[in-house]
Amino acid sequence: MTETIPDLMLSNAYQNWYRFSRNPTAMIGLIIVVLCVTAAILAPYITPFPDHVGAVTNFRARHLPPSAVNWFGTDNVGRDIFTRVIFGLRISLLLAVVVLGIAIPTGTILGMAAGYFGGWTEIIIMRVTDVALAIPPLVMALAVAAVLSPDLLHSMLAIASLWWTWHTRMIYSITRQLRTQEFIEAAETLGASKFHILFREILPNCVSALAVQTSLDCGFVILVGAALSFLGLGIQPPTPDLGTMVAQGASFLPDFWWESVLPGCAILFLALGFNLLGDGLRDLFDVEDVR
Amino acid sequence: MTAMLEIRNLTKTFPTHSTFGRQTGEVKAVADVSFAIEKGQVYGLAGESGSGKSTIARMIMGLTRPTSGAILIDGQDIAGQIGTRAHGRRVQMVFQNPGASLNPRRTVAQSISVPLVAHGFDQAAQTRRISELLDMVQLPQAFAQRYPHELSGGQKQRVAIARALAVAPKLLVLDEPTSALDVSVQARVMDLLTDLGRAMDLTFLFISHDLSLMRNFAQRVGILYLGQIVETGLTAAVFERPTHDYTRLLLASVPVISAEEEAMRPIIPLIDGEIPTAEKLLALRGLATGKDTP
Amino acid sequence: MSALLSVRDLSVDFTTYGQTHQVLHGVSLDVPAHAQIALVGESGSGKTVTMKAIMGLLRQPPAHIRSGQIFYDGRDLLTLADSERLALRGTAMSMVFQDPMSSLNPVFTIADQMGTILKYADRRLGRSRSARDRMARVHEVLAQVRMRDPERVSASYPIMLSGGMRQRVLIAMALLSEPALLIADEPGTALDVTTQAQILRLLKDLVTQRGLALLMITHNLGVVRETSSYVYVMNKGRVVEQAETATLFANPQSDYTKSLIAAVPRLTGGTRYGTVTP
Repeated sequence: MTETIPDLMLSNAYQNWYRFSRNPTAMIGLIIVVLCVTAAILAPYITPFPDHVGAVTNFRARHLPPSAVNWFGTDNVGRDIFTRVIFGLRISLLLAVVVLGIAIPTGTILGMAAGYFGGWTEIIIMRVTDVALAIPPLVMALAVAAVLSPDLLHSMLAIASLWWTWHTRMIYSITRQLRTQEFIEAAETLGASKFHILFREILPNCVSALAVQTSLDCGFVILVGAALSFLGLGIQPPTPDLGTMVAQGASFLPDFWWESVLPGCAILFLALGFNLLGDGLRDLFDVEDVR
Repeated sequence: MTAMLEIRNLTKTFPTHSTFGRQTGEVKAVADVSFAIEKGQVYGLAGESGSGKSTIARMIMGLTRPTSGAILIDGQDIAGQIGTRAHGRRVQMVFQNPGASLNPRRTVAQSISVPLVAHGFDQAAQTRRISELLDMVQLPQAFAQRYPHELSGGQKQRVAIARALAVAPKLLVLDEPTSALDVSVQARVMDLLTDLGRAMDLTFLFISHDLSLMRNFAQRVGILYLGQIVETGLTAAVFERPTHDYTRLLLASVPVISAEEEAMRPIIPLIDGEIPTAEKLLALRGLATGKDTP
Repeated sequence: MSALLSVRDLSVDFTTYGQTHQVLHGVSLDVPAHAQIALVGESGSGKTVTMKAIMGLLRQPPAHIRSGQIFYDGRDLLTLADSERLALRGTAMSMVFQDPMSSLNPVFTIADQMGTILKYADRRLGRSRSARDRMARVHEVLAQVRMRDPERVSASYPIMLSGGMRQRVLIAMALLSEPALLIADEPGTALDVTTQAQILRLLKDLVTQRGLALLMITHNLGVVRETSSYVYVMNKGRVVEQAETATLFANPQSDYTKSLIAAVPRLTGGTRYGTVTP
């Protein structure tokens, strides 16, 4: 018999927001993410030189340092770097959405199936997962690029084809724990179908873990995507891409440092935001203490 | 007249394994148990942990398969029926821990609708039935949208009862339904179960370690020890004139609050050592029991 | 003679999600030396909060002791420095925890755990004992809690012991430094009724033989009747009734106590369930 603190009858959402908003780093992460996503969506309307994403050259304005006109300076063909960075955020976020949009549903379904059904289903799925986990995503992307053309789409598919493995593992272990819970047994005795048990009983209990993992994954995917485009496997110029900009600007270091460093900072900023948000969500869902 | 529930020579053994998976022996969790419950009656199964009572409940519900023996509900052997809708319409269970038997991420209405969906109720019929059930268990209609953590222990157990009665089974297995509740809440839940039992002509299998509760709810009782029924009969008779030593030990151990109750308890010499249970016997032999043992 | 432990007008608040609630309203109780007192209440009554406040286990925040005093041997525990308070815990007053499954560290042997407790208690008391003397004391106490083979038990890991044995280990841990007051938190609730009966009998014998004071926290009225001579009944953060045990059961005064007693099913039968007469 446990002693209960007075029942406050507060909704889950209120309780969660209360705790989340008192975590400073989590709030910083949330603000960064919201800021970047909004900026990316509104890019054509808020950037000073929206046409600089195209094939525009302005050789008289080459290599200009950061100023009131060009907040991040200009690159080697005179394009405004700030504008291109904001548009570059679009590509990074798109990459995260596509990759995770494929990886998460796939990984979740496989993990639930392996965890709930056991037997051969479990053995086959988990061994395939083990093999896939052994392949480094970057190497896979390079291999795909070598066979097909180096292209953003191909890179995204290459990463997605390996990313589901982490989710499979995580959902598998959660499902296995839940499988022995009384409410799952109750659902079975009540005659619930397997589909119902997986998607209506088990899945809602995976949501918090998924939220945390998704947020953290966004950060990782963006970094991997930036690395790929740094290596030349990303979207082709003149479309701006943060990783490509870092690569191109690298040849002008250290004199025209802003061309490489500032896009790099943007990558850092975006990934940091997702990491802080993910950590904040993890604290929220794991910790029972009330502040 | 056929009994509502008949258990014939029910046995469940679990194999024990050595480190490398070789079978080294077996645990008889349930050993040749037989009893019958007439329609509309309450039969109590009294036992401590390791007695096999939960295993029996699980076999009746179809969560575990018996090693041998038969379970008949309303005259029909359930062996071929486990997992079917027909079985679910005949027997349902109220679990011990209301906090654990309700999905924390689903509302009350969603939890109650699980058996309704499984038995083909359409949306409108579900809503009607949920509303009916909430009235039956004396919970306000507004609770339908609440989550388990917004309910007290007694309220959660009422939801579990509503869910178990959703498709109107004739037999209800109650596995320690009130042991996690405060005594005043327990009294109200027992009142509810009694009322519902009369209104719906239910037959109860009442599993509990609380003998005082058993005395006032079950007409007949079976004392379970190490997987066997060591004594059975009318509750009053068994409690007032126990014949088996274990029954006498159980009765002597119950904390009571009045002199009359104390006077009816058997006086037994002080036992210093541990009373063996299946789990303890295995622990002494140094083998770990698996998750399946009760 | 004044009581060994005396709680006076204790009021405690709890703050959760920005809202503050008062969980104890002016609770007062006395535990005289060598007496066996019960604090009984259902969940949410405040009995656990009271117990934690006495032992100094109440985390502030989210709790906050608004007012009141807790006297032990004449000194107000709430005004003591942390180090002084710590010196009393385990030495003058000891607690027997509720759940033997989770109260013992699974990766250390009983000898390790009890030896460590004794070592730190000695340090707080300014005593020093050799390792061998410590083990002797551990075995002595294990024998006091009726373990047939103290050496084997002390060499075991918790998982190798049954529930009843683990509970007895917890009692032994509480007795290590010969406290004057034992606070027992729902002892045996997590165990079978036959094992619980043994544990309660053991506690009662130990307490009478060694002249300890016992404060038993429980929700079970039967346990109260069997182990205590005086009882405090708590409901919603207040002490609603206090009396000698026999008097309480024979002649309960408050409505709450009456309803609580009426709700307990009787072994003799006669408790009627159901609100509709058949």
